[in-house]
Amino acid sequence: MKLYSLSGHPTLPCNVLKFKSTTIMLDCGLDMTSTLNFLPLPLVQSPRLSNLPGWALKDGNTFLDKTELIDLSTVDVILISNYHCMMALPYITEHTGFTGTVYATEPTVQIGRLLMEELVNFIERVPKAQSASLWKNKEVQRLLPAPLKDAVEVSTWRRCYTMQEVNSALSKIQLVGYSQKIELFGAVQVTPLSSGYALGSSNWIIQSHYEKVSYVSGSSLLTTHPQPMDQTSLKNSDVLILTGLTQIPTANPDGMVGEFCSNLALTVRNGGNVLIPCYPSGVIYDLLECLYQYIDSAGLSNVPFYFISPVANSSLEFAQIFAEWLCHNKQTKVYLPEPPFPHAELIQTNKLKHYPSIHGDFSNEFKQPCVVFTGHPSLRFGDVVHFMELWGKSSLNTVIFTEPDFSYLDALAPYQPLAMKCIYCPIDTRLNFIQVSKLLKEVQPLHVVCPEQYTQPPPAQAHRMDLVIDCQPPAMSYRRAEVLALPFKRRYEKIEIMPELADSLVPLEIKPGISLATVSAVLHTKDNKHVLQSPPRPIQPPASKKRKRVSDDIPDCKLLKPLLSGSIPVDQFVQTLEKHGFSDVKVEDTAKGHIVLLQEAETLIQIEEDSTHIICDNDEMLRVRLRDLVLKFLQKF
Amino acid sequence: MPEIKVTPLGAGQDVGRSCILVSIAGKNVMLDCGMHMGYNDDRRFPDFSYITQNGRLTDFLDCVIISHFHLDHCGALPYFSEMVGYDGPIYMTHPTKAICPILLEDYRKITVDKKGETNFFTSQMIKDCMKKVVAVHLHQTVQVDDELEIKAYYAGHVLGAAMFQIKVGSESAVYTGDYNMTPDRHLGAAWIDKCRPNLLITESTYATTIRDSKRCRERDFLKKVHETVERGGKVLIPVFALGRAQELCILLETFWERMNLKAPIYFSTGLTEKANHYYKLFITWTNQKIRKTFVQRNMFEFKHIKAFDRAFADNPGPMVVFATPGMLHAGQSLQIFRKWAGNEKNMVIMPGYCVQGTVGHKILSGQRKLEMEGRQILEVKMQVEYMSFSAHADAKGIMQLVRQAEPDNVLLVHGEAKKMEFLKQKIEQEFHVNCYMPANGETVTLLTHPNIPVGISLGLLKREMALGLLPDAKRPKLMHGTLIMKDNNFRLVSSEQALKELGLAEHQLRFTCRVHIHDTRKEQETVLRVYSHLKSVLKAHSVQHLPDGSVMVESILIQATAHSEDPGTKVLLVSWTYQDEELGSYLTSLLKKGLPQAPS
Repeated sequence: MKLYSLSGHPTLPCNVLKFKSTTIMLDCGLDMTSTLNFLPLPLVQSPRLSNLPGWALKDGNTFLDKTELIDLSTVDVILISNYHCMMALPYITEHTGFTGTVYATEPTVQIGRLLMEELVNFIERVPKAQSASLWKNKEVQRLLPAPLKDAVEVSTWRRCYTMQEVNSALSKIQLVGYSQKIELFGAVQVTPLSSGYALGSSNWIIQSHYEKVSYVSGSSLLTTHPQPMDQTSLKNSDVLILTGLTQIPTANPDGMVGEFCSNLALTVRNGGNVLIPCYPSGVIYDLLECLYQYIDSAGLSNVPFYFISPVANSSLEFAQIFAEWLCHNKQTKVYLPEPPFPHAELIQTNKLKHYPSIHGDFSNEFKQPCVVFTGHPSLRFGDVVHFMELWGKSSLNTVIFTEPDFSYLDALAPYQPLAMKCIYCPIDTRLNFIQVSKLLKEVQPLHVVCPEQYTQPPPAQAHRMDLVIDCQPPAMSYRRAEVLALPFKRRYEKIEIMPELADSLVPLEIKPGISLATVSAVLHTKDNKHVLQSPPRPIQPPASKKRKRVSDDIPDCKLLKPLLSGSIPVDQFVQTLEKHGFSDVKVEDTAKGHIVLLQEAETLIQIEEDSTHIICDNDEMLRVRLRDLVLKFLQKF
Repeated sequence: MPEIKVTPLGAGQDVGRSCILVSIAGKNVMLDCGMHMGYNDDRRFPDFSYITQNGRLTDFLDCVIISHFHLDHCGALPYFSEMVGYDGPIYMTHPTKAICPILLEDYRKITVDKKGETNFFTSQMIKDCMKKVVAVHLHQTVQVDDELEIKAYYAGHVLGAAMFQIKVGSESAVYTGDYNMTPDRHLGAAWIDKCRPNLLITESTYATTIRDSKRCRERDFLKKVHETVERGGKVLIPVFALGRAQELCILLETFWERMNLKAPIYFSTGLTEKANHYYKLFITWTNQKIRKTFVQRNMFEFKHIKAFDRAFADNPGPMVVFATPGMLHAGQSLQIFRKWAGNEKNMVIMPGYCVQGTVGHKILSGQRKLEMEGRQILEVKMQVEYMSFSAHADAKGIMQLVRQAEPDNVLLVHGEAKKMEFLKQKIEQEFHVNCYMPANGETVTLLTHPNIPVGISLGLLKREMALGLLPDAKRPKLMHGTLIMKDNNFRLVSSEQALKELGLAEHQLRFTCRVHIHDTRKEQETVLRVYSHLKSVLKAHSVQHLPDGSVMVESILIQATAHSEDPGTKVLLVSWTYQDEELGSYLTSLLKKGLPQAPS
């Protein structure tokens, strides 16, 4: 059992697990931090951006964190834990010879599709006149200015996929529900469990009858909109693979939400605009819900909220139809029947408006001051680039960063100098280290496996020894491009005994509470399932006139006899012999035991503690009689 | 022998008050808890006293499963849980959980408020009953307790309808509830995997019907509605608020739009709008097409269909009215029917099955003079049409489901005895499985032969698998091992390992036989002759001539010595262990027959 780590990013994992002859890929996250190395892609050519000193405008492309550690065409299945962790899927399903199946929940697929659609749309609507790739050559890269010069694995940076590739990749996904047991080749069973982090987000159990591996990725114990995390099903794991913890372990999400609201209100009251760079799904639902409760009390009822994304409408609509994947409170609302998220009401009352882009209706209807939610949170592409350009010069305006995936300072770099206020309120609801240690105490896995980042404090807070995973035995860590042998050995496998065979077994109590039965049976193995059947009755040869061939009688040497155990008490044995008509029995003592002599029959029986040897003339009748007498004293196995 | 017992308390050779008791490996499950539309007395609910005479239902039943929200499948639930008394878990899907209490409340209102019955369940009881409900996802394996698990499959019939698999160890049964094997305008088709249950309990409403294509029926329906409206008549379509109603609304809505018709379409009762809301929020349970397009255009937002007011019934001119309930047994549909029945220009279209005893059933069977309450006689002059829009599987669909699931036995419920008889024969002929059709209160007992799971040591399994790569039907290979049974933990290990684990030593039993052969030649030559003889006879075995002058057949050792007294006789010592008993015994008898004459 081995774990291959293909990603160095702890929250965007990509691992491959080899378990019982199956190859299972766990998530395929796309690390997009490398886009920060590129300049923003504006919709309108901006003289300022293109005149920036330094490196020229480049493709706003993405980074695929994969190595040739493993042949990806041998991957049997891919398990997706949440929609952020599937962004690299088209690269794998479309370009590696992958022929397997991908498993994910319905919300994961639908929202994942929206995220990909938005990404493709953002990139494709600013077509490049020319694209450069020669700079990826190691020799050329060496000559580039920092930080490009120091960027690792530049050769793995890829162009963004197309919508066609997205559709093809998504068509390989099979939808699954929480606690659904999925058989893989009869050998392994995988089950998604609610992880509490996002709509449809899941942890996975990968188990056989005797081994259990839990894959915990992006889980949350906070009460937000998704169904709560299922912890009990993680119990009794041999190995627990832990990824996707919070990226901001020191921030409290509740406090951040409060700060978010007050900063937003302050800016708007002063006549400024608020820009929130965000993904089109996820925390935005919670933020809208907070604002729904907050705006009236804060006197913001007349401030328009805009949500601009090519998938804004779909995202808002989709959130309402996944009642079964929501927390209890929201489910109860659906039973009434009311939409589970209050953003439906915000839309109905015209407080929240959504637009596919800044073109068209938006430019006519847009009023200031306002609040704009738009992507992409890296500030490198999407409509957010336009708003940064538009509002950056005024100190009345504020940009509030809520997504934790990108360093906000790096994201802002190309827009400097900047007059607008910048507020950093990262909201990451994933598990923090205190919750992790509580969780591990609760579910008690035998071994914990995690990315190496979680075994030492973050570089910026090197003294915070509390920001590591604390468990016994210490967690095994992996790093990118490493193969880890997981510490357990398989000893047993399930096999089924047919009822007829079971009926024929004769159990024997050897020790108190322990019974034994010898089993001779025919083994049938089909689809990795093993069944034991009764041995067939010997076929009686039809009485034919044909001369019997010698070879017909040759016994099959594969008909095994049981092993014997026990010892033979000489006195009793002799008595038994006499009872059975052997009159001239003589016993001689030897160094190790006894020799029983049957003088008339010229037969000698050597009896020792754990062996018996019958030496006789070729008298089969006699031999069989003696054999059966000896066997009476022995146990068969 | 382990067995599965099935007793229908309702829906045995009948349609209505579905309620089936299943005992499987010691677990008792009640499937559905419905009411009968045809009765207004005690017979409307299943006879729960059958389950246990004295003692609480909760102690006897491990769980209750509701397949979908139709009242003939869930109508007795509050009576059962709150009035008879059951506190165990009740399982249903999310949409069923959402919609079921509304229909129950509706049913209660009609019974208590309009008919003035007492001793019926109250609104509070419906609420308390729903608190005991656990909602399940499709395909989720729900662990009811350590041994009993259930799993829901999509059934198509109405929003949230599900088939349920009940499983204990390796024994399982599937209950279909009502299902539909062909996708319709708003729902998908039922689906189940090849789960090979011991028993499949299937509905058989349309056991003998093979329906023509849906398109034809839709065209017929639209034509009839259109013609009636054209000549100024009124069309009454009795429906249940949820289900068929939505499908027909979608159908009429698109038709009105295409034909640019102006006649009003109404939908009675306040339930409608609410019902459509449920469809919007549970859109993941509808068919592929609706799910795909819902962001652009939600199919359940109707432009042409408006809410009905009681006063509209007397309006002149054509109109189409959907009114509840669907079998004309009470409520608004019956009121409108009484108003319109006298006019031959009007038409009533029954889009679904009607239970015996209802007005719907009477007019469909040709009765034109109906005795109403107060001995009033109502003459029916309006046209009566029947269009099978019920989303039940037809005979073809039922056979298809049996083929999909591959059960060992089939049991028919929810149908008429005569039709069941026909289907039963068909199933037995085609699939060669037993098919049962118990009446209410009659118990069917099936013996099962479950395999017994044990753990086999990987070492033993691998050794066996390595030996038997190619199975040979004529000479099956036997594997040998020892089953260790300790506190309900069963492990199959190799005999050697079993001995070792129990701290026992192996006792070796060895035989050495002296075989006398007449041979004047030297011992070495005798050995050679023995070797070549055995080699020629035992073609399938390994026969070796060892350098020390002995012969090995598999692990049996043969040595030759000179006879101490008679130099013309050689003594062959054949030595084998008990494990080689058969071969050893065979060899001695073979050698006793002597060696073939050496070709000189």
